[in-house]
Amino acid sequence: MQPLLEMRAISKTFPGVKALDRVNLSVAQGEIHAVVGENGAGKSTLMKVLSGVYPAGSYDGEIHYDGELAAFRSIRDSEARGIIIIHQELALVPLLSIAENLFLGNEITRNGCINWHETTQRTRALLAKVGLRDAPTTPVEKLGVGKQQLVEIAKALAKDVRLLILDEPTASLSEADSDALLQLMLELKAAGVTQIIISHKLNEIRRVADNITVLRDGATVSTLNAATDQITENRIVRDMVGRDMENRYPVRQRRAGAPLMEIENWSVRHPDFPDRHVIKNVSFNVREGEVVGIAGLMGAGRTELAMSIFGQSYGRDITGEARINGKPVRLHTVSAAIAAGLAYVTEDRKSLGLILEESVQRNISMANLKAVAKNGLLNEARETQVAEGYRKSMNIRTPSVFQQVMNLSGGNQQKVVLSKWLFSEPAVLILDEPTRGIDVGAKFEIYGLINELSAQGKGVVIISSEMPELLGMCDRIYVMNEGAIMGELTAQDASQERIMSMIVTKSEKV
Amino acid sequence: MQSATAQSGTAQSMRDYLVNHLREYGLLFALIAVMVFFQITTNGTLLRPVNITNLLLQNSYIVIMALGMLIVIVSGNIDLSVGSVMGFIGALAAVLIVSMGLPLMLAVVICLVTGGLIGAAQGYWIAYWKIPSFIVTLAGMLVFRGLSLWLLQGQSVGPFPREFQVIATGFVADPFPAAWGQSLAVMFGERNVNVLALLTGVVAAGVIVWLGVKKRARNASFGVAGEPFLFFVIRNVIIAAALVFITFKLASFRGLPNVLLTMGILTIIYAFLTENTVIGRQIYAVGGNEKAAKLSGIKSERLTFLAFVNMGVLAAAAGLVFAARLNTATPKAGFALELDVIAAAFIGGASMSGGVGKIVGAVVGAFLMGVLNNGMSIMGIGIDYQQMIKGLVLLAAVIFDVYNKSKRA
Repeated sequence: MQPLLEMRAISKTFPGVKALDRVNLSVAQGEIHAVVGENGAGKSTLMKVLSGVYPAGSYDGEIHYDGELAAFRSIRDSEARGIIIIHQELALVPLLSIAENLFLGNEITRNGCINWHETTQRTRALLAKVGLRDAPTTPVEKLGVGKQQLVEIAKALAKDVRLLILDEPTASLSEADSDALLQLMLELKAAGVTQIIISHKLNEIRRVADNITVLRDGATVSTLNAATDQITENRIVRDMVGRDMENRYPVRQRRAGAPLMEIENWSVRHPDFPDRHVIKNVSFNVREGEVVGIAGLMGAGRTELAMSIFGQSYGRDITGEARINGKPVRLHTVSAAIAAGLAYVTEDRKSLGLILEESVQRNISMANLKAVAKNGLLNEARETQVAEGYRKSMNIRTPSVFQQVMNLSGGNQQKVVLSKWLFSEPAVLILDEPTRGIDVGAKFEIYGLINELSAQGKGVVIISSEMPELLGMCDRIYVMNEGAIMGELTAQDASQERIMSMIVTKSEKV
Repeated sequence: MQSATAQSGTAQSMRDYLVNHLREYGLLFALIAVMVFFQITTNGTLLRPVNITNLLLQNSYIVIMALGMLIVIVSGNIDLSVGSVMGFIGALAAVLIVSMGLPLMLAVVICLVTGGLIGAAQGYWIAYWKIPSFIVTLAGMLVFRGLSLWLLQGQSVGPFPREFQVIATGFVADPFPAAWGQSLAVMFGERNVNVLALLTGVVAAGVIVWLGVKKRARNASFGVAGEPFLFFVIRNVIIAAALVFITFKLASFRGLPNVLLTMGILTIIYAFLTENTVIGRQIYAVGGNEKAAKLSGIKSERLTFLAFVNMGVLAAAAGLVFAARLNTATPKAGFALELDVIAAAFIGGASMSGGVGKIVGAVVGAFLMGVLNNGMSIMGIGIDYQQMIKGLVLLAAVIFDVYNKSKRA
């Protein structure tokens, strides 16, 4: 059968970088095709070429779509042919309703006025297809990320999609939402919609993909077929990084010393709705050299807990006691928290962790400018040395430390954020989703770093939605739900099932 | 054959460098182009010593305020009240000095402190209550315009005593023996040469080149491919030559104007503050991404507040210079001047969204506007066309910025 899409020998060069080097991608009619690769392997660039973000002529090679040579000059062109891409960062207008978002730029009109009756009816039909039961008039901001993702898909369906491209669709979804989304992908496939999925989550890919194309350093490494090839996660990982990766979680000498940070009876109210308790009486601790995990679903209050501890960056009426090395500390501002020895690596590195327009060097020194200054005067040579040091030790891939961080890939950006916090010399690091949206190779490096930190006697708290990560890395795991700690498991006792059952059973009891 | 490819390689890298730094070079070349253009169309009037002196005096208060405005804009805010505040402080100075007969020094201190308090009052709402600076300072613009009218009872108040006028119209006395100046005058065929003025220009040019060389060496030691050597030389030769040329012209007239000294010192202080101090760096961080800066322990509220206090003090300083230059305080002083100041910062490369911009850029931007004003006035172009042309220049500068950015992305 003739493939729906065939990209032949696509090359794309940016000043100084060859982002794509004769990449081939062939997608059959009606299949789900996964594109995987490390960050910076060229997946996003390839999709931008396909969707016309980089117009025809700005790249070499040919795109055959639906049996003819295609030359898309803009996203409009590709959308007109039924190619729709859903980006990692959702493109919905938060204050507009579901219905308004679905037909944005594509409104159903009669005599130039919006036909609300038909809009609502068609919205209902589309929402039913993606399994959403919210009213068409609900503002999108009232929906969780998972539901917003479904709205995006409904929006694509509204445009008569033939080839749906999903860029990391489950990166910010909880396990249950991811599950629903993958199920929906399979349903769409049954309905004849061809799909391309870009993802780092190999288990998800194995579940839905018919074919897998692996990219590495801007070139196609292999195309695996789910029916004929023996596909294991190790096989995919090997193709992605170009070497075998036996153990995805490096081993660590486990040892826990004296209590380093203790939080007791921590309660926080919602910043906008003071009658709502977001965190309820939470107590937990981290010991020297210990790696502690906090598990829970989206919205369990994990990020809120961390940020309220870190200089009261979230919430109001915060009560409870914090002790570091046994001594009570006041953590009322971020600088006080840093001075007390805390560091918080945010889950949202682009909007909370980095200044994208600034250089690698300036981002690294930002939380501890004192250390590169004397009497308030910056010593830029020293600053550059520090940044260079982290560039080498953290293996940050960048032409120089003067490069703007927005030009770095996700994994390297995350290493910059980590460098910033290492440079502030904390005793306890709270890492919020430290490996979200980054590739396997960089993940492994970050796990190695966590182990190194624990070997130095620092306390590490990992907040993660990826349970295998917590199970692979932590000495102890706290399970959180609805702002409270549901229980605590040691590494030996913990399993995905036990964590899930803790969340489910206890919340029923509450 | 091989050397040919090597050469085309360097040409390529030079072109890349030029594309990436088009903004900085563009501003410098725009200023030069505009000056050459007016030098020709005004038959050499533009660069006559008396006109250069005039140009500096005319734009001094805009430059002084542009320094503060750049910091405010870098911090992610805007200040629409500076014109009114400047006028109000001028009025206050007139009332204190002319009507009440207060000692000069005391009056000047009161004026600067008042400026700081005005900045603090506005900055408080902006920084700690998160009220958009556009709105707070729009209100301030109206309030202080009204206050100047009230303070002056709608009248012009003046003249100021001679010692006060000196702030704006005086010249720095030449400490060197008169004989030196005379022999230099003979050498260059001028009537008189002010040694201090010329020496200042030569020393300043030398320092700029020296700092440039030092920075280049530092970059090279970290293996950073800096500016191609040819560009480095051309740029430094142009800047040094321009400095020496201007100071020579000044030297052959009445020497260094007091305001040029004030402006020069302030520019150096603020350039140093923004680029070499912790507090300066933190202001860029707050403007670049306030949330990330806050989560890195930077006290963004306090910095925003201080940016406005500083703006108030500089607006007060500008008000004093302006009043001294006009020798009267009028209720209309400083009217719509905030727009020139803001335009200077944006022409100089500051970004509306904050986090980007340089002091030197804002100063050059102010002079670019100043030369346009001055040149067009000498040519006898009507105020109607002048306004239109200035508006288009501002738009062109910002379009150029945006275009450049999109091309690089």
